[in-house]
Order: sequence, then structure tokens, then C-alpha cells
Amino acid sequence: MSDRALPPVTALGMASLALILAGGIYLAAHLPRQVALAPAVLLLVASALLLAVNLALLARVRTFPWWTFFLVGKWALLAYVITAGLIEYAFLRDGLSGGPLIVLTLSIVVYAVHVPVLIAFTVARYA
Amino acid sequence: MTDVVAEHVREGEGARPGSPGRSDLQVVPLRALPAVAVVFALLVWAIAANRLWPLMFLHVAFGAAWTVVDLFLGFIIGPIMRRLPVPARIELTMNLMPKTVLLMPTLVTVTLAAGWQLGTVMGTVDSTYFQHGWIVASYIVVACMAVIALGLLSPANIAVLFELKKPKPNPMVIQKLMKRFIYAAGFTGTLQLAILVIMTRIRVG
Repeated sequence: MSDRALPPVTALGMASLALILAGGIYLAAHLPRQVALAPAVLLLVASALLLAVNLALLARVRTFPWWTFFLVGKWALLAYVITAGLIEYAFLRDGLSGGPLIVLTLSIVVYAVHVPVLIAFTVARYA
Repeated sequence: MTDVVAEHVREGEGARPGSPGRSDLQVVPLRALPAVAVVFALLVWAIAANRLWPLMFLHVAFGAAWTVVDLFLGFIIGPIMRRLPVPARIELTMNLMPKTVLLMPTLVTVTLAAGWQLGTVMGTVDSTYFQHGWIVASYIVVACMAVIALGLLSPANIAVLFELKKPKPNPMVIQKLMKRFIYAAGFTGTLQLAILVIMTRIRVG
């Protein structure tokens, strides 16, 4: 499969990850002070939109080895759900609550979905 | 190095039965999974106990290992591989890559999770901490490393293993993926130097 036939999944995925990391840094840099959540929420929404766009663009590709994509994707998802769970556990253990917890939890969800998509896409595009 | 690997695969050398790079190649070395599970269990215990020493041990030990492995891959193994005979390069590549699939995510997860908890125990993640600027700088550098590792390094690592498992691996695909892996490893290795500067600055005060 030629590169030209595929959407820029890797670039969009890296941009999405950068956005949620920026949001996480913004929140972490102000701890334990109360801080406006709006910037972090905006970054999270932008990141989630990039994830949605990525999946939509990928779904429109007519000839793609989906079997390989899902084979790799499900195991990668399992691995990244475990690491995401460990990160979430640390947040909960620290007594994080309210808005920051919701934003960071949703950010972790984006991370746990997008990274397996990137791995599965990279493997499947050369299948 | 990647050119030579690709050429080697194209010529069909190294295709002896039982050697890695063929259908018997394990993308994820299953025998190492119990060790990873033990490490993660230790991490959960350390966070739950919230005691200084276990958190310090996990953060420092795994962080040091992460830094050393990145620097070793980028600046030691790479140049050495260029001087090895072609069959040795192939064997080294095919034996090294499956191990990094488990090793790197484990090192990164333990270092960051233990480090964050350690920061809450010691108060270094507090914005009133006198070295707060350096702490935020470390967040930014780690974020850059994470984007490169998650977006480029890890997918290339796994994809090259899948390609090598094929009966007839495509040399161009291997070349492309190995280049991506090596450049990404070199870049994160360079960023590790920034982490060393930041962490030593924080420690000295």
C-alpha cells in the first residue's frame, strides 16, 4: 500500500498526544493551587477531535488490512489500558478529585486509545 | 546500517531455520511477561504504601535504566552495529527489537508513575517548591520524549518485527522502519541528556 493512499494518521496521532500532554503539564504545573480548567479542557477537546478525525479518515480507506489492524490493535489496547490504569491509580491515590480528575482521566482515555491505533496502523499499512 | 539490513534480507542471507527474523520470531517475548507483572505489582505496592524509600528506589533505578538504555542504544549500539559483519548485525537487530518491546514501556511507566508519587510525597510537584521551574522543564522534556516514543519509536519497533516474521520480508519496509526507529532513539537519547541536567540541578538545589 503506498503512503499516498493513506491519511496522515501518525502525524495527527502525535499532535493529539502533544495536546493532552500540554494539558497535563498545565494542570500539574499549578498544583495544588486551584487553576482555571478551561485551557486544559480546550486542549483535551482538540486532542479528542484529532482522534475522531483520525479514526474517521482511516475508516474511509477502502483497501486496508483491517484484520491485521484489529489483531495488533486489541493487544496494544490491552497493554496501554494497563499502563493507563497505573497512571490513573496514582492520580486517585493522591486524592485528585473534581474537574482536574475528570480532565486527566479523559486525557488518559485518549492516550490509551490513540497509541494502540498508531501501533496498529503502522503495522497494518505494511501488511 | 538499515541499508545493509535491507540488502541482507533481500539476498535471503540469514534465513537459516530457527534463527530470528523468520516465522518463529516472537514480537512480544512471552517468557518476560511474568517479570513485567512483578515489576508492575511492586509499583502498585510502592504507590499504595506511599513510603519514601520504595518510591525513590523505583524512580531512581528505573529512571537511570531508561536513561542508560536510551543513550546506550543511540550512541553505543548504533555505531558498533555499523562495524559488525552483516550476519551479526542481522542477528543483533532481530534479538534486540523484541526485548525493547517490553523493556521500554516498563521502564517508562515505572519511572513516571513512581516519580509522580515521589514528587507528591516530597512536595516537589507543588508549585510553591523553590525549584518549580526545573520541575516544569522536566515535564516538558518528558512530554517531548513521550510523543516521539509513542508516536514513532514504539510503532516502528513492532512493525519491523511483524515485517521480519513474514516469509519474504520487504527490504524497503525494513529499511524505512529501522531508519525511523534509530533516528527516534537518537533523538530521545539526546533529550535524556537534558533530563540528566535538570535532575542534577534539582538535586543540587
